Amino acid sequence: MPNLLTLGLIDYLIIIIYFVFVIGIGWALKRYMSSSKAFLEAGRSLPAWVTGLAFISANLGALEVIGMSASGAQYGMATTHFYWIGAIPAMIFLALFMMPFYYGSKARSVPEYLKLRFNEKTRGLNAIAFALMTVLASGISMYALAALMEKLLHWPFDVSVLVSAGIVLAYTYLGGLSSAIYNEVVQFFIIVIGLFPLVFLSLKDAGGWSGMNDTLAQVAVDKGYQAGAWTQMWSHSGSAASNPMGVEWFGIIMGLGFVLSFGYWCTNFLVVQRAMAANSMSAARKTPLIGALPKIFIPFLVIVPGMAAMALASKGTLSLEMMPDGTPNYNSVITSMLSHYYPSGILGLGLTALLASFMSGMAGNVSAFNTVWTYDIYQSYIKPGQNDNHYLKVGQIATIFGVVLSIGAAYLAKQFGNIMDFLQMIFSMVNAPLFAVMFLGMFWKRATGNAAFWGLLIGIGCAMVHHGLTIPLGADPAAVIKGGWISVVHTYPSGMAQSFWTAIIAWTSATVFTVGLTFVTKQMKTNEELGGLVYSLTPRIVDKDDKWWNRPIVLALIVGALTLVLSIIFW
Amino acid sequence: KLDIKIPIGMLFTIFGIILTVYGLVTSSDAEFYAKSLNFNVNLWIGLFMLVFGVFMLILAR
Repeated sequence: MPNLLTLGLIDYLIIIIYFVFVIGIGWALKRYMSSSKAFLEAGRSLPAWVTGLAFISANLGALEVIGMSASGAQYGMATTHFYWIGAIPAMIFLALFMMPFYYGSKARSVPEYLKLRFNEKTRGLNAIAFALMTVLASGISMYALAALMEKLLHWPFDVSVLVSAGIVLAYTYLGGLSSAIYNEVVQFFIIVIGLFPLVFLSLKDAGGWSGMNDTLAQVAVDKGYQAGAWTQMWSHSGSAASNPMGVEWFGIIMGLGFVLSFGYWCTNFLVVQRAMAANSMSAARKTPLIGALPKIFIPFLVIVPGMAAMALASKGTLSLEMMPDGTPNYNSVITSMLSHYYPSGILGLGLTALLASFMSGMAGNVSAFNTVWTYDIYQSYIKPGQNDNHYLKVGQIATIFGVVLSIGAAYLAKQFGNIMDFLQMIFSMVNAPLFAVMFLGMFWKRATGNAAFWGLLIGIGCAMVHHGLTIPLGADPAAVIKGGWISVVHTYPSGMAQSFWTAIIAWTSATVFTVGLTFVTKQMKTNEELGGLVYSLTPRIVDKDDKWWNRPIVLALIVGALTLVLSIIFW
Repeated sequence: KLDIKIPIGMLFTIFGIILTVYGLVTSSDAEFYAKSLNFNVNLWIGLFMLVFGVFMLILAR
């Protein structure tokens, strides 16, 4: 079988130069790694524009680039819900209301904040769950990269895993969190420039924006939807059956826009860690807002090529890879288009962009893992009270350990094809109750540690029960991962609808139980201990130092207004 | 102490030079660019990267 892509010498040259640079950045930072704070927290010394771009780049992994292009082809413009309602409001909320507590409390991680606000067992539960999820997520990125390279270029799977792991290990071991963040900034620019020609060429080939819309209108009608179903966001969300995503407006707003989105952006240490590395409170608060500006426009970089691919495939201009059951393999959209439009030279850059997206996902997870492992597990439970040099060494060893575990997870993913579904399911079950507990902890001083711990556990339990009792339309209950493993009492129109409602159930039950249990448990923390951790006990921040146009609230208004305008344009 | 604008500027300048030169060398090969709709994508992206890279280095002067 021939390679799907054929690389020339110049393409290999571009990829090798990129690898040399990312390791070089780690090498340049090596001499500054003299303390655990420098290695695991970047010394809290980075400017807002760097942490802001890293904040968004850490999230611009393989799932985003490959997955959102696939969703663009499969669901059309409705995929932008994952950005304009499913990310931006949460990023604004994190910046304005939550960063003052994360950054101001001097907590070194999200689990440590939970310890300060609630108790040790709530921290332990979150730290262990998070460490496991980051290793799994990093391994899945590694697996996806190796599987893609094997398919496209016939590079051996083992070689791709070991080379990508070796490069990520080299720069995260040498330069710690700073190296991961600096490389994420480089990766952001490479991903944008590497994918931009694809947007231009695919739109040009599809007859421009209006030509693409006309073709997609026919695609929608052929599939039994109204003409605008592929090109409008909200117009067809009145019922689940009238849009290709299979989710109605309430599920989108409450499930994606509130629970899943806030659960991810406001409590996931992988992204919050970038903001916590900023050099001041103002920079920490601006980090998510600076990240939000490019985030608003990323749909045009990843979703629009997917939509153009769907239009071109329906006209016969572009051939998409087919699955054994005769449906298109939407996950191959980006690679099919790279192969179709990119000649040698720019092909090397496009492939480098893909590799950069996979590696930013891996490094982000590894750098979050080594911090949580060192501070929240090792220092708390295994060997407390050691000197700082000891914890620096542990952090460095944890980096090696994290990469080795990720390699194990990559081979686990190879063994079980649906591990990605499994991770997504776990994320929606764990993040939603965590956000409920975190929200109550920050904005209700009465919430107690025991109530939070049990609220978190009950929220996860209710999510599991809901998953066990429901199934998406057409799924086989025997495949446990899709749900229905207890009994099928409800069928959702799509897997996405089931996922959104699982998150809603998890968040609601965690909130109800945490509030209820708070009234029957004793508050062990004094008001003095909760100062800086709870809204009502923390002095308001006055941004006197920044110019008026550079204050977080002004940036938030600009980001919010831009998002609103785009949502109205594509309504 | 590392100014991230320097590695970004250097990387983009190097990539810009490589792609621009390659774009110029292959510019007479119409068949080569049939894939990219007869648009010399190497030359134009190369020039853009070169300008951006130099701009970043100026910012880091």
